[in-house]
Amino acid sequence: MSVPAGAPPQGAPRALPASVDDAVALLASGDYVADRSLATGLFLSLRLGRPLFLEGEAGVGKTEVAKVLARALARRLIRLQCYEGLDLASAAYEWDYPRQMLEIRVAEAARELDRARLEHDLFSERFLVKRPLLQALEPDPAGPPVLLIDEIDRTDEPFEAFLLEVLSDFQVTIPEIGPVRAAAPPLVVITSNRTREVHDALKRRCFYAWIDYPDAARELAILRLRVPQAAERLAREVVGFVQRLRTRDLFKLPGVAETLDWTQALITLDRTALDGDAVDATLGVLLKYQDDVARVRGAEAEAILGEAVQEARVP
Amino acid sequence: MTAEAGQLPLHVLRFARTLRAAGMPIGPGRVLDALAAAAEVGLARRDDFYWALHAVLVSRADQRGLFDEAFQLFFRAPDALPAGLELLLPRAPAAGPPRREVTRRLAEALAAGRAAPPGSSPPPQLVAGRAEWSDRDALRTKDFEQMSAEELREAERAVAAFRLPVPDLRTRRLRADPGGDRIDPRAMLRAALRAPAGIPLRWRSARPRPPAIVALCDVSGSMSRYARMLLRFVHALAAGRERVHAFTFGTRLTPVTRQLQRRDPDDALAAVARAVPGWEGGTRIGACLHEFNLRWSRRLLGQGAVVLLVTDGLDRDDARGLAEETARLRRSCRRLVWLNPLLRYAGFEPRAAGVRAMLPEVHEFRPVHDLESLSQLVEALAPARAAEFLRAARRSTRGAAAGSVPPAAPRRA
Repeated sequence: MSVPAGAPPQGAPRALPASVDDAVALLASGDYVADRSLATGLFLSLRLGRPLFLEGEAGVGKTEVAKVLARALARRLIRLQCYEGLDLASAAYEWDYPRQMLEIRVAEAARELDRARLEHDLFSERFLVKRPLLQALEPDPAGPPVLLIDEIDRTDEPFEAFLLEVLSDFQVTIPEIGPVRAAAPPLVVITSNRTREVHDALKRRCFYAWIDYPDAARELAILRLRVPQAAERLAREVVGFVQRLRTRDLFKLPGVAETLDWTQALITLDRTALDGDAVDATLGVLLKYQDDVARVRGAEAEAILGEAVQEARVP
Repeated sequence: MTAEAGQLPLHVLRFARTLRAAGMPIGPGRVLDALAAAAEVGLARRDDFYWALHAVLVSRADQRGLFDEAFQLFFRAPDALPAGLELLLPRAPAAGPPRREVTRRLAEALAAGRAAPPGSSPPPQLVAGRAEWSDRDALRTKDFEQMSAEELREAERAVAAFRLPVPDLRTRRLRADPGGDRIDPRAMLRAALRAPAGIPLRWRSARPRPPAIVALCDVSGSMSRYARMLLRFVHALAAGRERVHAFTFGTRLTPVTRQLQRRDPDDALAAVARAVPGWEGGTRIGACLHEFNLRWSRRLLGQGAVVLLVTDGLDRDDARGLAEETARLRRSCRRLVWLNPLLRYAGFEPRAAGVRAMLPEVHEFRPVHDLESLSQLVEALAPARAAEFLRAARRSTRGAAAGSVPPAAPRRA
């Protein structure tokens, strides 16, 4: 590894990765086990100053990338959670209307007659409420922040169109003030669960990475890092079980997040290895649709369990 | 090293051009990005080079397969060569049949410029001839099945004129509206600055949005005539509004949204015919709905979509799993409308196993065998009557289809 050993001193900004290997190491330093495709996408987006667009099924660790990035680089993390109907007022900026109206009343009471000055005062930064997008453009002593735009597929097209300006020029135009531009562009990570396709115009400005379900080796590595208190045997069996479950014809396959939750649940129930009863009792942690649970519970779970246990024994 | 530096951009350029020819949206901006990315990672590792181009050139999950195939073909690696050098040996695929279905598009793109793709058969011409038509009224109630080619042609034209006025959805996005129900502080403030004294009230209200429409068209043998007409209808729909998605199914489910985006209807339908395997074959409704539920429903039905399910309900698989899959579909969308041409028979009774399985699970059940019934569909989906239908549909979701078919539908027994 080309990154110097040991954690960086707190508060000191870390340099951006200089190679794909660096990017892998950077993510690893934040306990994130990345595959090569994600690391390459991340490296390029940091290097060339473009947003990183992450797609993948729910629970594969898309949001986690931004959190780990912020932590590993000792940058501030600014999160914009998207939802349907998200508008400028909640995403970028808003004027503080009650205070502005008070100001007008005060001016009237004080017989302040210079309207031009009043207008100038009213639309100054003093009355501006900054939302995540605008915050991300502000200079930060620790370096440009990490801006996480989470689940962008939940918003609608008009908001995507607005994002175009933010993501290509890293600026927000406020009509009363003018464009606000970032001195150093933030590190932008956008995630999507693909509940609808995001417009190409937006994706064109980003680098794209698809995060897949991890293979058995990587999932085991993730599990060991994130739930170190899990017994070795339990970890192997859990991973074997989940990997097999993902080959089944289910409505919603379990993600890595579910694997971690499930392991936590099993540990809470004092298990050091999988058994039929524990699987049946905790299947709801892994599968979130009744059809899926009903299908797997019982005979099929038993069969999968048998294979997983068999495999875990053979090192 | 200098040779590498000189050759690489050229190959990246040609690679990007190949992908563009294969239908991926890659503009000059992306090509420049690809060049920069390739220069950043270099040729030291094949997988880094691969993922670098992947990060820049791919922008949708469904392009990954095409990209992978193109990359493997374009930068094919003779094993004996040292690492890095292989990337300098781009070659077009050798002669021979393409390996898989997807490859055809790619093979054509790679072959473009050398010669026209050989042996490409002309698309099946489903209907030909010019319309010479006079009696419109008779046409309106004539079954599609019994129409001549010219009549079909004319009917298609009429179908294209239909618009589907599905009720709009209220969004949480607001717009200025003098008759609105919420105050608009920003507008009030601006007005206050202009007003001589005081703060005048301004209002805003929620902005409506048309819902997405997803059409699932059965193209099996028993449905062939109707399927073409209904696809024509969907094509006209897609031209008039955003967010229309279309699939055909028979033995397999095929997305045809892209094909239907072609402006010219004949062109679009020919493209659909080319894209769909098993046109006029058997039907496996349950399996196809299962695939839709599994792979597509979360991506397309998210924001209040209306699903039009066009089929006669005659299932080759003896309705295995059909009820469950239809129920799942109904739960994932805002409204599930079943359009069934078999309703043309006055004495239609839901006897087939498939029909019986699906009937209790749909919100609404309608005939679509002639122009009259299609225009009734359009009326039924109009905003004014939609609420009424929705109520009726809710009342009888679990019952027979009786309550959800409007009394105006004349052909129901």
